[in-house]
Amino acid sequence: MKNKYSFFTLLKNAFSYHENWGKAWRDPEPKKEYEAIIIGGGGHGLATAYYLAKKHNMRNIAVVEKGWIGGGNTGRNTTIIRSNYLWDASAGLYDHALKIWEGLSQELNYNVMFSQRGVMNLAHNLQDVRDLKRRTHANRLNGIDAIYLNTDEVKKFCPIINTSPDIRYPVLGGTLQRRAGTARHDAVAWGYARGADEMGVDIIQNCEVKGIKRNGNDVEGIETTKGFIKTKKIGVVAAGHSSVIASMAGLRLPLESKPLQALVSEPVKPIIDTVVMSNAVHAYVSQSDKGELVIGAGTDDYISYSQKGSHEIVEGTLSAILELYPIFSRMRMLRQWGGYC
Amino acid sequence: MFIINCPYCGEREQTEFKAGGEAHIVRPKQPTELSDDEWAEYLFMRKNIKGIQFERWIHIHGCRKWFNVVRDTSNDEIKAVYKMGEKPLIK
Amino acid sequence: MTKNLRVKTSKFIDETYKISFKFNNKTFYGYKGDTLASALLANNVHLIGRSFKYHRPRGIMTAGSEEPNAIVQLHSDTSRTEPNVRATEIEIYEGLDASSQNCWPSVNFDIGAINNFLSPILPAGFYYKTFMWPANFWEKYEYFIRKSAGLGKSPTEPDPDIYEHRYIHCDVLVIGAGISGILAAKTSAKNGLKTLLVDEKSYLGGSTIYQDSEHFKINNQISSSWLEKEINEIKKIENLEIKTRTSVAAFHGYNFLLARENLTDHLPLEQRNNKIRHKLLKIRAKKVITATGALERPLIFDNNDRPGILLSSAIGKYASLFGVACGEKNILFTNNDTAYETANSLFKKGINIEAIIDNREEIDSKLIKEAEKHNIKIYKGYTVVNTSGYKRINKVSIMQLSKDGQKVIGSKISIPCDCLGISGGWTPAVHLFTQSGGKLKFRDEDQVFIPDTYSSDQISIGSCNGDFTLDEILFNLPKILKKFLKINKTDYDNLEIQSSFNKSKRNIWFLPSDKVIGKTKPFVDYQNDATAKDIKLALREGFRSIEHVKRYTTTGMGTDQGKLGNMHALGIISETSKSKMGELGTTTFRPPYTPLTFGTIVGRNVGEYFDIFRKTPIHEWHVQNKAEFENVGQWKRAWFYPKNGESMHDAVQRESKAARDSAGILDASTLGKIDIQGTDASEFLNRIYTNAWSKLAIGKCRYGLMLNEDGMVYDDGVTTRLSENHYIMTTTTGGAATVLGKLEDYLQTEWPELDVYLTSVTDHYATVSVCGPNSKKIISQVIPDLDLSDENFSHMSYKNAKIEGIKCRVMRISFTGEHSYEINIQANYGESVWKKCIKAGKEFNITPYGTETMHLLRAEKGFIIVGQDTDATVTPIDLQMDWIVSKKKYDFIGKRSLYRSDTIREDRKQLVGLLTEDPEEVLEEGAQIVADINKSPIEMLGHVTSSYYSPNLKKSIALGVIKGGKKMIGQRLIIPMENKKINVTVADPVFLDKDNKRLNA
Repeated sequence: MKNKYSFFTLLKNAFSYHENWGKAWRDPEPKKEYEAIIIGGGGHGLATAYYLAKKHNMRNIAVVEKGWIGGGNTGRNTTIIRSNYLWDASAGLYDHALKIWEGLSQELNYNVMFSQRGVMNLAHNLQDVRDLKRRTHANRLNGIDAIYLNTDEVKKFCPIINTSPDIRYPVLGGTLQRRAGTARHDAVAWGYARGADEMGVDIIQNCEVKGIKRNGNDVEGIETTKGFIKTKKIGVVAAGHSSVIASMAGLRLPLESKPLQALVSEPVKPIIDTVVMSNAVHAYVSQSDKGELVIGAGTDDYISYSQKGSHEIVEGTLSAILELYPIFSRMRMLRQWGGYC
Repeated sequence: MFIINCPYCGEREQTEFKAGGEAHIVRPKQPTELSDDEWAEYLFMRKNIKGIQFERWIHIHGCRKWFNVVRDTSNDEIKAVYKMGEKPLIK
Repeated sequence: MTKNLRVKTSKFIDETYKISFKFNNKTFYGYKGDTLASALLANNVHLIGRSFKYHRPRGIMTAGSEEPNAIVQLHSDTSRTEPNVRATEIEIYEGLDASSQNCWPSVNFDIGAINNFLSPILPAGFYYKTFMWPANFWEKYEYFIRKSAGLGKSPTEPDPDIYEHRYIHCDVLVIGAGISGILAAKTSAKNGLKTLLVDEKSYLGGSTIYQDSEHFKINNQISSSWLEKEINEIKKIENLEIKTRTSVAAFHGYNFLLARENLTDHLPLEQRNNKIRHKLLKIRAKKVITATGALERPLIFDNNDRPGILLSSAIGKYASLFGVACGEKNILFTNNDTAYETANSLFKKGINIEAIIDNREEIDSKLIKEAEKHNIKIYKGYTVVNTSGYKRINKVSIMQLSKDGQKVIGSKISIPCDCLGISGGWTPAVHLFTQSGGKLKFRDEDQVFIPDTYSSDQISIGSCNGDFTLDEILFNLPKILKKFLKINKTDYDNLEIQSSFNKSKRNIWFLPSDKVIGKTKPFVDYQNDATAKDIKLALREGFRSIEHVKRYTTTGMGTDQGKLGNMHALGIISETSKSKMGELGTTTFRPPYTPLTFGTIVGRNVGEYFDIFRKTPIHEWHVQNKAEFENVGQWKRAWFYPKNGESMHDAVQRESKAARDSAGILDASTLGKIDIQGTDASEFLNRIYTNAWSKLAIGKCRYGLMLNEDGMVYDDGVTTRLSENHYIMTTTTGGAATVLGKLEDYLQTEWPELDVYLTSVTDHYATVSVCGPNSKKIISQVIPDLDLSDENFSHMSYKNAKIEGIKCRVMRISFTGEHSYEINIQANYGESVWKKCIKAGKEFNITPYGTETMHLLRAEKGFIIVGQDTDATVTPIDLQMDWIVSKKKYDFIGKRSLYRSDTIREDRKQLVGLLTEDPEEVLEEGAQIVADINKSPIEMLGHVTSSYYSPNLKKSIALGVIKGGKKMIGQRLIIPMENKKINVTVADPVFLDKDNKRLNA
C-alpha cells in the first residue's frame, strides 16, 4: 500500500512534519471510456466501486460526483448502523453489511470509527410493544443479536432516559442490538475512496452528469460537465437524485425525495453512550466522539431537493427529545441541516 | 417554511397545510380493465421532478379544501396555486 | 495577581452597582453592565479555559458572540448549569458562578496539556490513520478519546426555566441596531411601516455608540453623540418595536426568521423564578433589512492563540464600553487602519501602547499621524513571527516582511508585552444572508465576500454589505433604503460626514515565519485547534473542496462555527491550491447563527403540553374508578379497572367473564364518527367500502372494510343508514382523522360530481356500549320506552330514542359477540347515561371493562383489530374475509389490487387461529411461527398477532398470520421462544359461538 496508515507511519511522518504524506486518492481527468461508471460519490457509490474492483476485478471503472465525495446524504445522516430489521431480506442484507462494518477499518486501513455502542428502539404504546417483540423474535431466529428490554432494563442501559410512567407517552419497553452503533460518516466515504483509488478506480469530482446516451436498450455513455464519457454500464447511486439521473436514460423509478433533517448540539463531555431511537415520538439521539448530540428529525411530507425542511419538524423532534431527556433542555443546537430520503 | 396562498383562504403558513403528492394523476375510470403494469403505473410511479412540479395540497388546518400548487422543488419557490379542475396561471 | 485594570469611568457601566461573582470558585467584583469577560479582564484574568484538542491555555479573544475561546460552564452541578457559555456574551449578575471547561484538575494545571507535547503526532485527521489495531480495541481507544473531547458538561437535572414562543408579523424587520440598523429602522417606521428592530446586545448603537474619535463626525458632531440623539428619537416611534438581547438565529426562506429574546439570563438567580427565560420569536417579515455588521479578522502566525491575544477592536471595545484595559503593556498588530483607531482611543484613556506592528510598508493617514503624534512606536512592513508566555503572552517576536510578503527578512526583534491586539481587516457578517438562500460575490480589492443576489424581499446594509467606513455607510444607506422601501427621501439624504479612514489593507492570509511551518502552531480555528499546517496537510492529501478541508481538519466546526477563521481557511486553500477565492465558494453557513437552547426551540411544548390529551366525556368516571389507561393515538382509553390490588391479568379475566356471563359496559366514545349526507351517499359508500351498500335498509347497520388502493386493509367499522341520504360511519379510534382525510380527498379530487358531505362528529357523541346476556334488561330500564324485542329491534339495526327527554341513537351492534347495545348521546350527557347504565345494571353485576377485555372478547370471536392483526400488508382475502368483498361491484377503492399477481398468491400470510398444546400456555404477541425448527436458514411462516387466556373457554387462544394458513387448519406448528419451543395447532379463528347464537341470547 503506497501510503499505509498506522501509528508507526504517523510517528515516522511526525519527524518530517507530516510533509510527506501522499494523496489519499488521485484527482484524475476522466478517461475516454470505462467499463462501468458509478454515478454518485457518496458512501454507497464509492463502496460499489470498491467492491466491483475488489471482488469482481473491474478496475477500469470510474465514480463521477457532481460535487465532492461524501457531500450528500453520506455527510448529512445521523450515522446509525444496525441490522435489527424485521423482514428476512432486510435482515440478511443489513447483517451482511454489519459484518463488513466490523472489519472495515482494518480492511480499508482507514479508521472509520465504527463504534458498537448499541442501538435501542423504544416502545411507547402497546402496539409498539407488539411490533418490537415481533421484530426481536424474527431477529433472533435470523441470528441477529437483538433482545427485548422492559422499562427497567431500558433505564439501566441508558439511565438518562425519562422512564417515568407519568410522561405523555411513557416508555413501555424497547429493543437493543448491541452490535449496532455508529461510525464516522466522512471517514467511510474517504476510506472507500482511498481503497477504490488504489485499485485503479478513477474518482472524478466536480463532474455533473448532464445526460445519458442511449442506443436502443443499450447505454453508450454519459454526458458530463467534463465532456462525454463512454461506457456500457452505469450504476446510479445518487440517493435522492436517483430518479433524476434514471430519467436521463428514460427510466422511471418509484421514488419520491423528501426533506429529512438532522441537527447537532454543542459538544459536551460523554453523557449518553448508546444510540436511542424512538419512532413513535420521532426522536433519535446519539453522541459523537467529538461530544455533540447527534439528533435525527423526521421528514416533511412534500418532495423537495432544496435540502431544507420546515422548522416545525425540528421543533417537534426537540420536544420529543425533551420529553425523553428533560436534562437536555439547556443544551444548545449548534447546527441544523437537511438532506433527503 | 413557505407561505401558501390557499385559493379559498389566502396566504397562510405552510404548517396549516399538508402535501398530497403529484397532481393530475387521475384515478383510472375502469381499473379492472387495466393490466398489472398499467395499474402499478397508477399506484406507484411518480415523476419526482427536480424543478417545476404540479402537486396537490390540502388546507388541513383551515378550509380543508384540496387544491393544486405549482412549485419548484429545487428551491421550494411556489409559482402558482389553483383550484381543483382549474388550469394554472404560472408566474 | 489580582489588579484593577478599570481605567476610566464608562457611561455604559454603573459603578455604583457592584456585583460579586465567582470564577473557578474565586470571588471577583464587577459592575452592572459588565460582561463576564469585561469583569474578568478588569481583574486582570485572561486565562479562561483550555482548547479542545491540545488543551492549550486560552483567554478572551473577542468582545462578542463570535468568541471561540472564552467559553465557560455556568453554575456547575445545579439544575441551571449550562455548558459552553461565551464569557463575552453573558452579563454578570450577583451570584454568577462560572468555571473553566475542558481541563482537569484545573485550568492552571491541566493534565490534558500533554496533548500539546504530543501534537507532532496529532495532525489533522490523525485518528483516521491509527487506533485500528488490535481490531477490537477501538471501543477502548474511543473511551479515552470521548473523555478528552467535548467541552463543558451536560446538565443532569431537568431545566427549572420556562420558555415561550411568540409569533410576530411585521412589515420590516431590521436585524442589528448599529448605526445602519438604527437609521434604517427609523426610516422604515417613519414611513408608516410596522417595524421591528432587534439586536443581540443589551444596548443600541453597535460599535458607533462608543466611538469617541474627533476624526469621525456627522453633521459636525462626534458620531457617537449624533447617533445617541437618533436612538432617543426612535424610542418614541409608536410603530417601531425594539428588542435588545435578541439574536436572530435563523433566516429561512419566505422571510421566516427565528430570534431568541433573552429575558432573564442577566438577572440574579433568585429573580428568575416563574419568569420566562427566553422567547423564541417566529418572525414573518414582509421585508428584511440585515445590518449585522462585520467581524474583525484575526491574523495567522505562530502561537497566535495565547491568553492576552485579542482582536484589536475587542481591546478598543473593552476600553471604551467597559472602561477596562486588557493589559498594561499593549501591542497592536495590524494590516489596516482600524488598529490605529483603537490605539488612539486607548491613548486617550491613558492606556499604554508599546508599539504598533503594521505589515504595510508605505502608509499614511490621519489616524496613523495621530498615533505617531502620541509617540507610539510603529514598525512598518513588519510581521509577528512568534509569541511567548504559556498562560499569558509576555513577548512578541517580529521580523520584517519581504516585498512580496512571502517571507521574513532581517533580524528578529523581541518586544515584551502582556497583551497583543490583532487586526486582519473585516469580514462582513453574511451568515444570515446566506442562510436565507442569498448568493455571495467575492470582492477582490479587500478580499471579502459580500451579498450579490437575494432570494427574498430583503437587503443588506452597512458593513455586512461591505461598506466599512462611516462615509461609505452613510453615503450608500439613504440610496439603498429609498429603493428598497420605495420612498422618495430619508432624513439622511444630506448628512455632512467627516471620516478619515484609509482603506488600504495588506491581506496576507497566512503570515510567513522564520521557522519551517511544521514547527509552528498558527491557529486558524482556535476552538478546535486547527492550524494553517493542518489545512495544508489536508490539501496535500488530496482534499480539495472547502467542505472536505473543513471536515478533515474540523476547521469551523466548533461552537463559534468558525466565525473568525473560516475566511483564512479559504484564503490558505486558495493560495495553496492556486485557485481563486471567488471560485472556491464558501462553506454553507447553517442555522442557527448562535446556538439556541433546545428549551427555547421547544417553548411550552414540553411535559403535559408535549401532545394533547384526548379524553372521553366519561374520562373522570374512569379515573375515579381507578382505571389504568392506555394511549391510543392521542386518546387516553381505559385499559382495565383493577379492583383491590388485582393484577392486570386478574382484572381482565374478571371483566371478560362478567361480560359473557351477565353484563359488561365499555366506553366506546373514542371511535371515530363521520356524519355522511347527500343524495349520493350510498354510491359513495359503495366506492369506499369493499361491500355493497345500496340495498342497506334505512335503520340498519353494516360492518365495512376500507382498503387502500394497494388492496391492503386500512380501516374498519360499522356504518348505519339513518335515512335515505344520511349515514353515520364509525372508524377505528386511531384511524379517524386519516379516514376522514382520505374520504375528503376522493370526494374533492376524484369524484367532485358526487353530492356528499362529510362532517367529523367524533367529539359530539359519547358512546356507551352495554353487552352480555343481561344487556337487554339493563337497557330496558335505562330507556323504558324503547321496544327491545328482536322483531322490533334486531341485531345490526338502530333506533332513535330518548333518555329523560334527550335524543339518542341506539345501535344493536356487537364487537364482543354478545347481545349488545351502543347508546350514542350528545357528549355532555355521556357520563350521566353511563352512570344510569351502571345503576340499572347493578343487580346484574354490570362490569365496566377496558380495551384489554374488549380485545380479548373480540379475539374469542375471531374479530380483527386493524393495526394489530393487520400491518398494511394484509388484504381482506388474507383475513379470510372474502365474504365482505363484493364480487358484483364494478369498482371500489383497492379492488383492482386484489387481482395483482402478488395479492392472488395462495401462500400469502393468512389470518388463522392458534391453539397451544398446553391450554394454560399463553403465547407472546409478536412471537414467530415456524414449521421446521431445524431448517437453516430458518423459515418464519408468520407471527402471533393477538393472544389471550380466555376465561370463557378456559384455555389460551391466539390469532396469527401464517403463510398459506387457510389450508393448514389442524396442522401442528412450532413457536420457538428463546428458551423453549411451544407446540401449536392451526385452528379456525372463531373460537366461540360460531353460530352467533349469543347475539340474540
